[in-house]
Amino acid sequence: MSVFLAFLRKEFAHILRDRRTLLIVLALPLMQVLLFGYAIRNEVTDVRLVVVDSHPDAVTLDIRNRLGGTGLFHIVAVEPTEARLDRLFRTGKAQVAVIFQPGFGDLLSRGQVPQVQVITDAAEPNTGSRMQAYVTQVIQAWQMERQDAARAFRIHPAVQMRFNPTLKSVNLFVPGLIALVLTLISALMTAVSLTREKETGTMEILLVSPLRPWQIISGKVLPYLVLGWASAISTLVAARVVFRVPMRGSVPLFLAESLLYVLVSLGLGVLISSRTTSQRAATMGALVGLMMPTQLLSGFVFPLESMPAWLRPATNLVPARWFVVIARGIMLKGVGITYLWRETLVLALMAAVLLVLAIRTFRVRLE
Amino acid sequence: MMIEAKGLTRRFGDFAAVDGITFSVGEGEVFGFLGANGAGKTTAMRMLIGLLAPTSGEATVAGFDVYRQQDGIKRSIGYMSQRFSLYDDLTVRENIRLYGGIYGLTDAQIRDRTAALLARLELEHAAGERVQRLPLGWKQKLAFAVALLHEPAIVFLDEPTGGVDPVTRRQFWEMIYEAAHRGTTVLVTTHYMDEAEYCDRVSIMVAGRIAALGTPAELKARFHAASMDEVFVRLARPSDSADPDASADTSTDASGGTSTGASADASINTSADPSTDAPGSASTGTATASGDDDAGAGDGG
Repeated sequence: MSVFLAFLRKEFAHILRDRRTLLIVLALPLMQVLLFGYAIRNEVTDVRLVVVDSHPDAVTLDIRNRLGGTGLFHIVAVEPTEARLDRLFRTGKAQVAVIFQPGFGDLLSRGQVPQVQVITDAAEPNTGSRMQAYVTQVIQAWQMERQDAARAFRIHPAVQMRFNPTLKSVNLFVPGLIALVLTLISALMTAVSLTREKETGTMEILLVSPLRPWQIISGKVLPYLVLGWASAISTLVAARVVFRVPMRGSVPLFLAESLLYVLVSLGLGVLISSRTTSQRAATMGALVGLMMPTQLLSGFVFPLESMPAWLRPATNLVPARWFVVIARGIMLKGVGITYLWRETLVLALMAAVLLVLAIRTFRVRLE
Repeated sequence: MMIEAKGLTRRFGDFAAVDGITFSVGEGEVFGFLGANGAGKTTAMRMLIGLLAPTSGEATVAGFDVYRQQDGIKRSIGYMSQRFSLYDDLTVRENIRLYGGIYGLTDAQIRDRTAALLARLELEHAAGERVQRLPLGWKQKLAFAVALLHEPAIVFLDEPTGGVDPVTRRQFWEMIYEAAHRGTTVLVTTHYMDEAEYCDRVSIMVAGRIAALGTPAELKARFHAASMDEVFVRLARPSDSADPDASADTSTDASGGTSTGASADASINTSADPSTDAPGSASTGTATASGDDDAGAGDGG
């Protein structure tokens, strides 16, 4: 055991001495959370709304209050005519305009269907369609209530955004981010640290020493397991403190699942190192072979459902795809292992296969 | 016998990097493995220390079989590789502690031996320095001392003096003698022919085979040569070795002057005197770079 500890101590010394890498590893989770949380958000808030209402009445005032009261809209102007509308859009003062047909309330009370026109600035198409959806939703909700009051019975599709009612994108990103950070630290750093020993020639010395292959691998891997785990936790904390991302499920379960995912990544890291002889090649291998699939094929940024059918089976090979489902389940839905056992099993199988393979290829190099 | 090899062979595909070598090394002996780059000396050494599985043949190291008793071998040997074997980003003291630790020495043993080692190398002042700050000569001496830290029965040195200045090389060989005097068996590969003269016995490898084996005096007598350098040049050039006596004069000329007539083996340092080492250092640089591809290089030669 003391043999192993001597080796482990050296490994930690390497990490602690390489200040720049250490700083990157520790600052990375926070940077990622801030970047993804602030810069790459999908939702729209504080939309600048212009209302065109030529004959305000009780009904239009009610709708206007509704729109203003959602917190999504910020009514910047109420115009009597559409004359200035074009200018407001061009200067960017308005993002959405809601135009009531003159005599809106009267028409409604006479049983006719008055018109509301919604105009959005669709220079950014996603933002545009989202704003439109918001306005429509608010008006539909208002309509529903009116019908209830009038005891009119009509089936109306009720859309409810569960788990992420405000569609906060940061909630969706954080589980994926944790996968990304864990992959980066566990797989990339392990691969680099193992190939460094090959590059400098110290690996030969280790292989000639009485250290056993599993001792060398676990000695190289353990520090990154600790580091990876610490990063996962700091990502969680950062997401919670800065963006109030919820943690509805069990924290111990989440940490256990992260550990499983770290094991998978470490296995991949060892495998990459066994196929490469230089740190540069290992870095490239990890970035292209692991980081890209983790970002693109895990459902982290791009929903799996929107991928072409032929590509979808390939995502099953990406460990992060399973981890993202697990992490979202625990964090956002608060579900337990009974709902996540299948994903957990997949990860466990991957971990087992990869670790066996890693130790096997490592031994082959001895021969 | 500390090392015994019988018909030891390693093939890479069709190419036999080491082709049925047979030799033995006794306790406390300084045994030199000589040969051009790619002659198979590193491959042979790697089989003995367990980095490479032999294709056929038999060998024991410290009485342990290379196929079945690797653990026994690992505990009995020290190894200094062609490339630098210490960690640059660790201090001198940390490196010593690491190797003491992985060879299972107790803390007290590590403490005592570290002190003794630093004193012997006169490195006490640099104990807390990172190894990368040390000059190459110091590094190599330190690496050798660290390879001996656990007092192995046999120490394997793969071109330990590559790129080192003549004075340090001399000191290095003094350390080798000291170790041998204490009973450690030393197997050393080199392509510095002057170093061959320091060995108790040498084997000269050409294209994977042992072309000659004996004490330096025996070999010089057998090949009517004044130095090991001449012996080597005659053996390493196939046309000459076919008829050693006929070509004796030309090769004497080649090694006496600066002629690169022996350039078929361009990376062989043919200087007999360590003080004329400048071109040798350059060629060693090449040797180190290509050293890993021992087999591949041999393919060409």
